[in-house]
Amino acid sequence: MYSQKVMEHFEHPRNVGEIENASGVGTVGNAKCGDIMRIYLDIDENQIIQDVKFKTFGCGAAVATSSMATELVKGKSIQEAMQVTNKAVMEALDGLPPVKVHCSLLAEEAIHAALWDYANKHDIKIEGLEKPKSDIHEGEEDEEEDY
Amino acid sequence: MDKLIYLDHAATTKTAPEVVEAMLPYFTENYGNPSSVYSFAAKNKDAVNRQREIIAEALGADGSEIYFTAGGSEADNWALKAAAEAYASKGRHIITTKIEHHAVLHTAEYLEKKGCEVTYLDVDEEGLISLEELKSAIRPDTILISVMYANNEIGTIEPIKEIGQIAQENGILFHTDAVQAFGQIPIRVDECCIDMLSASGHKLNGPKGIGFLYIRKGVKIRSFVHGGAQERKRRAGTENVPGIIGLGTAVDRAVRTMEERTAKERELRDYLIERVLSEIPYCRLNGHRSMRLPNNANFSFQFIEGESLLIRLDMKGICGSSGSACTSGSLDPSHVLLAIGLPHETAHGSLRLTLGEETTKEDVDYVADVLKEIVAGLREMSPLYEDFLKKNQ
Repeated sequence: MYSQKVMEHFEHPRNVGEIENASGVGTVGNAKCGDIMRIYLDIDENQIIQDVKFKTFGCGAAVATSSMATELVKGKSIQEAMQVTNKAVMEALDGLPPVKVHCSLLAEEAIHAALWDYANKHDIKIEGLEKPKSDIHEGEEDEEEDY
Repeated sequence: MDKLIYLDHAATTKTAPEVVEAMLPYFTENYGNPSSVYSFAAKNKDAVNRQREIIAEALGADGSEIYFTAGGSEADNWALKAAAEAYASKGRHIITTKIEHHAVLHTAEYLEKKGCEVTYLDVDEEGLISLEELKSAIRPDTILISVMYANNEIGTIEPIKEIGQIAQENGILFHTDAVQAFGQIPIRVDECCIDMLSASGHKLNGPKGIGFLYIRKGVKIRSFVHGGAQERKRRAGTENVPGIIGLGTAVDRAVRTMEERTAKERELRDYLIERVLSEIPYCRLNGHRSMRLPNNANFSFQFIEGESLLIRLDMKGICGSSGSACTSGSLDPSHVLLAIGLPHETAHGSLRLTLGEETTKEDVDYVADVLKEIVAGLREMSPLYEDFLKKNQ
């Protein structure tokens, strides 16, 4: 079901943990859908992401996309981090099964949510960054009909 | 990974070697069509009917009341759809439960679209329906009550005898999906006033693709597959002779070994439950503690998600399931776990382990040890666990 890359990141996730006094923290997803991701960013005065950690409650794909997303933004500037899209995360993982594509979206949103928190705390504006839409209290699933 | 500990016997079982052996000649030598006249083929008809007798005996039924199908799902579909059609002039109301297998639930939903009304009974936190609720759900136009014998996910055994009595007192057909229960616990259709019963071969060390529907003599029910005169004209199609031989052999074997086998499974299951509940914090057993299938254990672990758990178990050579094999791959948590009142996040973190006749104490110990480690590891990376710890500091 999963690519080798996904399995490898699931088995050995990178950057798991917390950062105390992080520059920005973002939590997205909801327990109802079964995925919650939290990203911690440590951003220096030059707006470079020095460190990044994550915690995820979710399926194999959720863990792997979180892990890959943290790898892709580590050491990058915040503008570069904004370029890390769900597509980039998926490609880096050699793809995801269709039912798991939303996990990569969640990873992108988690990065954005942490950046949003950072921008708010430092009273700056990051180009292209919008208020994160999903939070852990939102999100209803639609039932699909198939008769 | 050489180690393989298979604890998903509710999903399917190994076809027993003696079952395979019994089947083989019916592929190669005795391949005749049971409906043919010549004696070479006609003896296959006898062989098929012998299996009917074996199965009937296991249920306290008559051989003529056993109708072979391609499995449990077909039997469930047949029972519901054909009863709804045959009894439409009496009424269009059906009573079932919220914890049925999808073979019943989705069929009931389909019938709703065709104009039936369906009442889905709630269950309590252990998965039992309320007989009072059942009685008050009955209406003059109720034509069918369908309640599963035992639940496939949490293993809870429903009060089938009492349900059957209520159905009979009210003159309503009673169908039970016994796919999980048949071969695991003794079933007597007369004692329980069961009018129709579905079962499947591959859950009891028989082959896949074969099952049956028991239909009590006198029950009005339409043909499910139209065509030839097989199965008393109610289910056309050349008989799956090897499958039927395999099913009969497996049923015979399951009945013979039931007492000893399930006593052993029950003991190991209780040992597993005891170890998990006492050694892993923030975990619960789902389903009824005693009114439960002998081989079923179903746990919920707070703060972690089931698929992650399954993949990590798989890496250690352990086969389990989350929800049920039919729903994994979907993102919704199990409808059964939601029906017993678990919150979504707890329902997501569930694990079903179903033991088999080959399961050993060493297997159970290994699984408990590994499980403990994996749950702790997943919690380490869970934001829900982090929040929980901070809140309780």
